[in-house]
Amino acid sequence: MEYIITFLDKNGLVFAFLVTGLIMYFSEGISKTLTRGKIPGSAISIFMGLVLAYFAGLETLGKKGIADIPGFSGFDLLGGPMFRDFAIVSTAMGASFAIIKKTGLIGVLSLFLGVIISFAAGVIIAYAMGITDAESLTTIGAGACTFVVGPVTGTALGASSDIIAISIAAGVVKSILVTIGTPLIAPYIGLKTPQSAMIFGGLMGTTSGTAAGLAATDPKLVPYGAMTATFYTGLGCLMCPSVLYFAMRIILN
Amino acid sequence: MLLRGVALLAACFVSGQILGETLGRLLGIQANVGGVGFAMLFLILSQNELEKRGLFHLEMGEGVNFWSKMYIPIIVAMSSVQNVRVAFSNGLLALLVGIIPVIACLALMPFLSKLAPKD
Repeated sequence: MEYIITFLDKNGLVFAFLVTGLIMYFSEGISKTLTRGKIPGSAISIFMGLVLAYFAGLETLGKKGIADIPGFSGFDLLGGPMFRDFAIVSTAMGASFAIIKKTGLIGVLSLFLGVIISFAAGVIIAYAMGITDAESLTTIGAGACTFVVGPVTGTALGASSDIIAISIAAGVVKSILVTIGTPLIAPYIGLKTPQSAMIFGGLMGTTSGTAAGLAATDPKLVPYGAMTATFYTGLGCLMCPSVLYFAMRIILN
Repeated sequence: MLLRGVALLAACFVSGQILGETLGRLLGIQANVGGVGFAMLFLILSQNELEKRGLFHLEMGEGVNFWSKMYIPIIVAMSSVQNVRVAFSNGLLALLVGIIPVIACLALMPFLSKLAPKD
Protein backbone atom coordinates (compact mmCIF):
# COMPACT_ATOMS: atom_id res chain seq x y z
CA MET A 1 0.00 0.00 0.00
CA GLU A 2 2.75 2.35 1.02
CA TYR A 3 4.39 2.34 -2.43
CA ILE A 4 1.04 3.03 -4.14
CA ILE A 5 0.45 6.13 -2.03
CA THR A 6 3.99 7.29 -2.73
CA PHE A 7 3.37 6.74 -6.44
CA LEU A 8 0.07 8.70 -6.36
CA ASP A 9 1.67 11.59 -4.49
CA LYS A 10 4.57 11.66 -6.94
CA ASN A 11 2.14 11.80 -9.86
CA GLY A 12 -0.29 14.00 -7.98
CA LEU A 13 -1.50 16.21 -10.82
CA VAL A 14 -2.34 13.29 -13.10
CA PHE A 15 -4.15 11.44 -10.31
CA ALA A 16 -6.10 14.62 -9.54
CA PHE A 17 -7.24 14.72 -13.20
CA LEU A 18 -8.50 11.16 -12.81
CA VAL A 19 -10.37 11.76 -9.55
CA THR A 20 -11.87 15.06 -10.75
CA GLY A 21 -13.04 13.28 -13.89
CA LEU A 22 -14.74 10.63 -11.77
CA ILE A 23 -16.42 13.26 -9.56
CA MET A 24 -17.76 15.03 -12.66
CA TYR A 25 -18.91 11.80 -14.31
CA PHE A 26 -20.75 10.81 -11.14
CA SER A 27 -22.29 14.29 -10.81
CA GLU A 28 -23.49 14.31 -14.43
CA GLY A 29 -25.25 11.03 -13.61
CA ILE A 30 -26.94 12.58 -10.57
CA SER A 31 -27.91 15.63 -12.64
CA LYS A 32 -29.54 13.48 -15.34
CA THR A 33 -31.26 10.87 -13.18
CA LEU A 34 -32.17 12.59 -9.91
CA THR A 35 -32.86 16.12 -11.15
CA ARG A 36 -33.75 15.29 -14.77
CA GLY A 37 -31.15 17.83 -15.87
CA LYS A 38 -32.78 20.63 -13.87
CA ILE A 39 -29.62 21.25 -11.83
CA PRO A 40 -26.55 21.37 -14.08
CA GLY A 41 -23.84 18.76 -13.54
CA SER A 42 -21.27 21.51 -13.00
CA ALA A 43 -23.08 22.91 -9.94
CA ILE A 44 -23.46 19.40 -8.50
CA SER A 45 -19.75 18.66 -9.14
CA ILE A 46 -18.65 21.78 -7.28
CA PHE A 47 -21.00 20.94 -4.44
CA MET A 48 -19.58 17.39 -4.39
CA GLY A 49 -16.10 18.89 -4.14
CA LEU A 50 -17.17 20.85 -1.05
CA VAL A 51 -18.78 17.73 0.47
CA LEU A 52 -15.61 15.68 -0.10
CA ALA A 53 -13.52 18.47 1.43
CA TYR A 54 -15.83 18.48 4.44
CA PHE A 55 -15.48 14.76 5.12
CA ALA A 56 -11.76 14.84 4.43
CA GLY A 57 -11.50 17.66 6.99
CA LEU A 58 -13.39 15.60 9.59
CA GLU A 59 -11.08 12.67 8.95
CA THR A 60 -7.71 14.42 8.83
CA LEU A 61 -8.52 17.57 10.86
CA GLY A 62 -6.44 19.38 8.23
CA LYS A 63 -7.13 22.64 6.46
CA LYS A 64 -6.71 21.59 2.85
CA GLY A 65 -9.67 19.31 2.25
CA ILE A 66 -8.90 16.13 0.33
CA ALA A 67 -5.36 17.34 -0.40
CA ASP A 68 -4.56 16.32 3.21
CA ILE A 69 -5.38 12.67 2.46
CA PRO A 70 -2.24 10.66 1.57
CA GLY A 71 -2.15 10.11 -2.19
CA PHE A 72 -4.37 13.09 -2.98
CA SER A 73 -1.76 15.82 -2.59
CA GLY A 74 -2.01 16.63 -6.32
CA PHE A 75 -5.31 18.41 -5.68
CA ASP A 76 -3.34 21.18 -4.04
CA LEU A 77 -1.81 21.92 -7.44
CA LEU A 78 -4.85 21.32 -9.70
CA GLY A 79 -7.15 23.22 -7.35
CA GLY A 80 -4.58 25.86 -6.46
CA PRO A 81 -4.66 29.50 -7.54
CA MET A 82 -2.27 29.12 -10.50
CA PHE A 83 -4.34 26.73 -12.65
CA ARG A 84 -7.55 28.32 -11.46
CA ASP A 85 -6.61 31.85 -12.50
CA PHE A 86 -5.10 30.57 -15.76
CA ALA A 87 -8.35 28.78 -16.67
CA ILE A 88 -10.50 31.75 -15.64
CA VAL A 89 -8.50 34.15 -17.81
CA SER A 90 -8.91 31.79 -20.78
CA THR A 91 -12.71 32.07 -20.59
CA ALA A 92 -12.41 35.69 -21.68
CA MET A 93 -11.50 34.57 -25.19
CA GLY A 94 -14.25 35.08 -27.72
CA ALA A 95 -15.74 37.92 -25.73
CA SER A 96 -15.97 40.95 -27.94
CA PHE A 97 -16.59 44.52 -26.97
CA ALA A 98 -18.38 45.02 -30.29
CA ILE A 99 -21.19 42.75 -29.11
CA ILE A 100 -21.57 44.31 -25.68
CA LYS A 101 -21.90 47.65 -27.47
CA LYS A 102 -25.04 46.29 -29.15
CA THR A 103 -26.89 46.18 -25.83
CA GLY A 104 -25.67 49.71 -25.45
CA LEU A 105 -25.37 51.55 -22.20
CA ILE A 106 -28.06 49.45 -20.59
CA GLY A 107 -25.98 46.26 -20.92
CA VAL A 108 -23.00 47.94 -19.30
CA LEU A 109 -25.21 49.43 -16.60
CA SER A 110 -26.75 46.05 -15.80
CA LEU A 111 -23.24 44.55 -15.47
CA PHE A 112 -22.06 47.18 -13.02
CA LEU A 113 -25.31 47.12 -11.05
CA GLY A 114 -25.25 43.32 -10.95
CA VAL A 115 -21.75 43.19 -9.50
CA ILE A 116 -22.13 46.10 -7.08
CA ILE A 117 -25.56 45.16 -5.72
CA SER A 118 -24.66 41.46 -5.25
CA PHE A 119 -21.44 42.50 -3.54
CA ALA A 120 -23.13 45.04 -1.25
CA ALA A 121 -25.94 42.65 -0.29
CA GLY A 122 -23.41 39.89 0.47
CA VAL A 123 -21.30 42.21 2.59
CA ILE A 124 -24.29 43.48 4.57
CA ILE A 125 -25.46 39.92 5.35
CA ALA A 126 -21.94 38.83 6.38
CA TYR A 127 -21.52 41.91 8.57
CA ALA A 128 -24.89 41.31 10.20
CA MET A 129 -23.76 37.76 10.98
CA GLY A 130 -20.66 38.87 12.81
CA ILE A 131 -17.85 39.05 10.23
CA THR A 132 -15.96 42.29 10.62
CA ASP A 133 -12.59 42.32 8.81
CA ALA A 134 -12.34 43.93 5.39
CA GLU A 135 -10.68 40.93 3.67
CA SER A 136 -13.31 38.40 4.77
CA LEU A 137 -16.22 40.75 4.08
CA THR A 138 -14.89 41.53 0.60
CA THR A 139 -14.38 37.82 -0.14
CA ILE A 140 -17.93 36.92 0.89
CA GLY A 141 -19.33 39.89 -1.04
CA ALA A 142 -17.40 38.61 -4.05
CA GLY A 143 -18.85 35.13 -3.45
CA ALA A 144 -22.29 36.70 -3.79
CA CYS A 145 -21.21 37.57 -7.37
CA THR A 146 -20.12 34.06 -8.48
CA PHE A 147 -18.31 31.01 -7.11
CA VAL A 148 -15.29 32.15 -9.11
CA VAL A 149 -15.09 35.81 -8.15
CA GLY A 150 -15.19 34.82 -4.45
CA PRO A 151 -12.08 32.58 -4.35
CA VAL A 152 -10.16 34.79 -6.81
CA THR A 153 -10.78 37.75 -4.52
CA GLY A 154 -10.10 35.75 -1.36
CA THR A 155 -6.75 34.52 -2.65
CA ALA A 156 -5.76 37.99 -3.87
CA LEU A 157 -6.52 39.50 -0.47
CA GLY A 158 -5.14 36.63 1.60
CA ALA A 159 -8.47 35.61 3.17
CA SER A 160 -8.58 32.33 5.14
CA SER A 161 -9.62 29.06 3.49
CA ASP A 162 -12.86 28.69 5.46
CA ILE A 163 -13.98 32.17 4.35
CA ILE A 164 -13.12 31.21 0.76
CA ALA A 165 -15.14 28.01 1.21
CA ILE A 166 -18.15 30.07 2.33
CA SER A 167 -17.78 32.30 -0.74
CA ILE A 168 -17.72 29.24 -3.04
CA ALA A 169 -20.75 27.71 -1.32
CA ALA A 170 -22.68 31.00 -1.64
CA GLY A 171 -21.82 31.14 -5.35
CA VAL A 172 -22.98 27.55 -5.85
CA VAL A 173 -26.28 28.30 -4.07
CA LYS A 174 -26.71 31.29 -6.37
CA SER A 175 -25.95 29.23 -9.47
CA ILE A 176 -28.52 26.57 -8.53
CA LEU A 177 -31.11 29.20 -7.58
CA VAL A 178 -30.70 31.02 -10.91
CA THR A 179 -30.87 27.72 -12.82
CA ILE A 180 -34.12 26.62 -11.20
CA GLY A 181 -35.65 30.06 -10.72
CA THR A 182 -35.15 31.57 -14.17
CA PRO A 183 -37.91 29.69 -16.05
CA LEU A 184 -40.30 30.24 -13.12
CA ILE A 185 -39.76 33.99 -12.87
CA ALA A 186 -39.26 34.72 -16.59
CA PRO A 187 -42.90 35.75 -17.34
CA TYR A 188 -42.94 38.22 -14.44
CA ILE A 189 -39.75 40.05 -15.32
CA GLY A 190 -40.30 40.28 -19.07
CA LEU A 191 -37.55 37.85 -19.97
CA LYS A 192 -38.39 37.11 -23.61
CA THR A 193 -36.21 39.20 -25.93
CA PRO A 194 -32.45 39.02 -26.66
CA GLN A 195 -32.18 42.47 -25.09
CA SER A 196 -33.78 41.34 -21.85
CA ALA A 197 -31.61 38.17 -21.82
CA MET A 198 -28.48 40.35 -22.04
CA ILE A 199 -29.69 42.49 -19.14
CA PHE A 200 -30.52 39.34 -17.19
CA GLY A 201 -27.07 37.84 -17.81
CA GLY A 202 -25.46 41.10 -16.73
CA LEU A 203 -27.46 41.31 -13.52
CA MET A 204 -27.04 37.66 -12.54
CA GLY A 205 -23.54 36.80 -13.74
CA THR A 206 -22.98 33.12 -12.84
CA THR A 207 -22.53 31.89 -16.44
CA SER A 208 -23.46 28.26 -15.78
CA GLY A 209 -26.64 29.17 -13.89
CA THR A 210 -27.70 31.82 -16.40
CA ALA A 211 -27.08 29.54 -19.39
CA ALA A 212 -28.93 26.60 -17.85
CA GLY A 213 -31.81 28.77 -16.63
CA LEU A 214 -32.25 30.48 -19.99
CA ALA A 215 -32.08 27.12 -21.79
CA ALA A 216 -35.07 26.00 -19.74
CA THR A 217 -36.86 29.29 -20.52
CA ASP A 218 -36.12 29.67 -24.22
CA PRO A 219 -32.97 28.17 -25.82
CA LYS A 220 -32.78 31.08 -28.28
CA LEU A 221 -31.92 33.42 -25.41
CA VAL A 222 -28.89 31.42 -24.15
CA PRO A 223 -26.08 33.01 -26.22
CA TYR A 224 -27.25 36.54 -25.32
CA GLY A 225 -27.42 35.92 -21.58
CA ALA A 226 -24.25 33.82 -21.47
CA MET A 227 -22.33 36.56 -23.22
CA THR A 228 -23.00 39.33 -20.71
CA ALA A 229 -22.58 36.79 -17.90
CA THR A 230 -19.03 36.13 -19.11
CA PHE A 231 -18.22 39.81 -18.82
CA TYR A 232 -19.67 39.73 -15.31
CA THR A 233 -17.00 37.32 -14.07
CA GLY A 234 -14.27 39.49 -15.58
CA LEU A 235 -15.73 42.65 -14.11
CA GLY A 236 -16.14 40.97 -10.73
CA CYS A 237 -12.52 39.74 -10.72
CA LEU A 238 -11.43 43.25 -11.63
CA MET A 239 -13.55 45.26 -9.20
CA CYS A 240 -13.84 43.10 -6.06
CA PRO A 241 -10.14 42.86 -5.13
CA SER A 242 -9.60 46.53 -6.07
CA VAL A 243 -12.13 49.38 -5.88
CA LEU A 244 -14.69 47.43 -3.86
CA TYR A 245 -12.00 46.27 -1.40
CA PHE A 246 -10.80 49.86 -0.99
CA ALA A 247 -14.35 50.97 -0.44
CA MET A 248 -14.65 48.35 2.31
CA ARG A 249 -11.45 49.55 3.98
CA ILE A 250 -12.64 53.14 3.90
CA ILE A 251 -16.07 52.25 5.26
CA LEU A 252 -14.67 50.07 8.06
CA ASN A 253 -12.14 52.66 9.23
CA MET B 1 0.21 27.17 -33.50
CA LEU B 2 -1.53 25.48 -30.61
CA LEU B 3 1.25 26.46 -28.25
CA ARG B 4 1.22 30.01 -29.56
CA GLY B 5 -2.34 30.25 -28.24
CA VAL B 6 -1.31 28.90 -24.85
CA ALA B 7 1.68 31.25 -24.85
CA LEU B 8 -0.58 34.21 -25.65
CA LEU B 9 -2.80 33.22 -22.74
CA ALA B 10 0.26 32.87 -20.51
CA ALA B 11 1.53 36.28 -21.60
CA CYS B 12 -1.79 37.90 -20.68
CA PHE B 13 -1.86 36.00 -17.39
CA VAL B 14 1.67 36.99 -16.38
CA SER B 15 1.33 40.64 -17.35
CA GLY B 16 -2.12 40.99 -15.76
CA GLN B 17 -1.06 39.35 -12.49
CA ILE B 18 2.17 41.33 -12.26
CA LEU B 19 0.20 44.51 -12.87
CA GLY B 20 -2.15 43.46 -10.05
CA GLU B 21 0.74 42.70 -7.69
CA THR B 22 2.48 45.97 -8.59
CA LEU B 23 -0.70 47.96 -8.00
CA GLY B 24 -0.99 46.32 -4.58
CA ARG B 25 2.57 47.33 -3.72
CA LEU B 26 2.07 50.88 -4.95
CA LEU B 27 -1.07 51.20 -2.88
CA GLY B 28 0.73 49.80 0.15
CA ILE B 29 -1.46 46.72 0.69
CA GLN B 30 -0.56 43.04 0.73
CA ALA B 31 -2.92 42.10 -2.10
CA ASN B 32 -3.14 41.40 -5.81
CA VAL B 33 -5.35 44.22 -7.03
CA GLY B 34 -7.54 42.95 -9.88
CA GLY B 35 -4.80 40.88 -11.55
CA VAL B 36 -7.13 38.26 -13.02
CA GLY B 37 -9.44 40.97 -14.33
CA PHE B 38 -6.57 42.79 -16.04
CA ALA B 39 -5.37 39.52 -17.57
CA MET B 40 -8.84 38.87 -19.01
CA LEU B 41 -8.93 42.38 -20.38
CA PHE B 42 -5.51 41.87 -22.01
CA LEU B 43 -6.68 38.61 -23.60
CA ILE B 44 -9.80 40.21 -25.10
CA LEU B 45 -7.83 43.20 -26.38
CA SER B 46 -4.97 41.15 -27.86
CA GLN B 47 -7.33 38.67 -29.50
CA ASN B 48 -9.39 41.46 -31.05
CA GLU B 49 -6.21 43.18 -32.24
CA LEU B 50 -4.71 40.00 -33.73
CA GLU B 51 -7.99 39.19 -35.48
CA LYS B 52 -8.13 42.65 -36.97
CA ARG B 53 -4.68 42.09 -38.49
CA GLY B 54 -5.55 38.57 -39.62
CA LEU B 55 -2.90 37.06 -37.38
CA PHE B 56 -5.20 35.06 -35.12
CA HIS B 57 -4.98 31.45 -36.28
CA LEU B 58 -7.87 29.09 -35.56
CA GLU B 59 -5.52 26.64 -33.90
CA MET B 60 -4.31 29.34 -31.53
CA GLY B 61 -7.88 29.65 -30.35
CA GLU B 62 -7.95 25.92 -29.65
CA GLY B 63 -4.94 26.24 -27.35
CA VAL B 64 -6.86 28.79 -25.28
CA ASN B 65 -10.13 26.91 -25.62
CA PHE B 66 -8.70 23.81 -23.97
CA TRP B 67 -8.11 25.81 -20.81
CA SER B 68 -11.52 27.41 -20.83
CA LYS B 69 -12.99 23.90 -20.99
CA MET B 70 -10.79 22.87 -18.04
CA TYR B 71 -12.30 25.71 -16.05
CA ILE B 72 -15.12 23.80 -14.34
CA PRO B 73 -12.96 20.72 -13.50
CA ILE B 74 -10.38 23.03 -11.94
CA ILE B 75 -13.10 24.79 -9.92
CA VAL B 76 -14.27 21.35 -8.74
CA ALA B 77 -10.71 20.52 -7.63
CA MET B 78 -10.48 23.93 -5.97
CA SER B 79 -13.67 23.42 -3.98
CA SER B 80 -12.37 20.06 -2.75
CA VAL B 81 -9.27 21.59 -1.14
CA GLN B 82 -11.04 24.23 0.96
CA ASN B 83 -11.41 24.20 4.72
CA VAL B 84 -15.08 23.25 4.54
CA ARG B 85 -15.11 21.67 8.00
CA VAL B 86 -14.59 25.08 9.61
CA ALA B 87 -16.81 26.86 7.06
CA PHE B 88 -19.65 24.44 7.76
CA SER B 89 -20.54 26.19 11.02
CA ASN B 90 -21.30 29.23 8.83
CA GLY B 91 -23.50 27.30 6.40
CA LEU B 92 -26.47 29.58 7.00
CA LEU B 93 -24.36 32.58 5.99
CA ALA B 94 -23.44 30.89 2.69
CA LEU B 95 -27.10 30.08 2.05
CA LEU B 96 -28.29 33.65 2.72
CA VAL B 97 -25.45 35.20 0.68
CA GLY B 98 -26.39 32.87 -2.17
CA ILE B 99 -30.08 33.81 -2.13
CA ILE B 100 -30.71 37.39 -1.00
CA PRO B 101 -28.42 39.19 -3.52
CA VAL B 102 -30.12 37.28 -6.37
CA ILE B 103 -33.51 38.57 -5.24
CA ALA B 104 -32.15 42.11 -4.93
CA CYS B 105 -30.83 41.98 -8.51
CA LEU B 106 -34.01 40.40 -9.87
CA ALA B 107 -36.02 43.27 -8.44
CA LEU B 108 -34.08 45.61 -10.74
CA MET B 109 -34.80 43.63 -13.87
CA PRO B 110 -38.20 45.12 -14.88
CA PHE B 111 -36.82 48.62 -14.30
CA LEU B 112 -33.77 48.03 -16.53
CA SER B 113 -35.90 46.33 -19.21
CA LYS B 114 -37.99 49.49 -19.50
CA LEU B 115 -34.85 51.56 -20.10
CA ALA B 116 -33.61 49.25 -22.87
CA PRO B 117 -34.00 50.43 -26.45
CA LYS B 118 -36.64 48.43 -28.35
CA ASP B 119 -35.38 46.25 -31.15
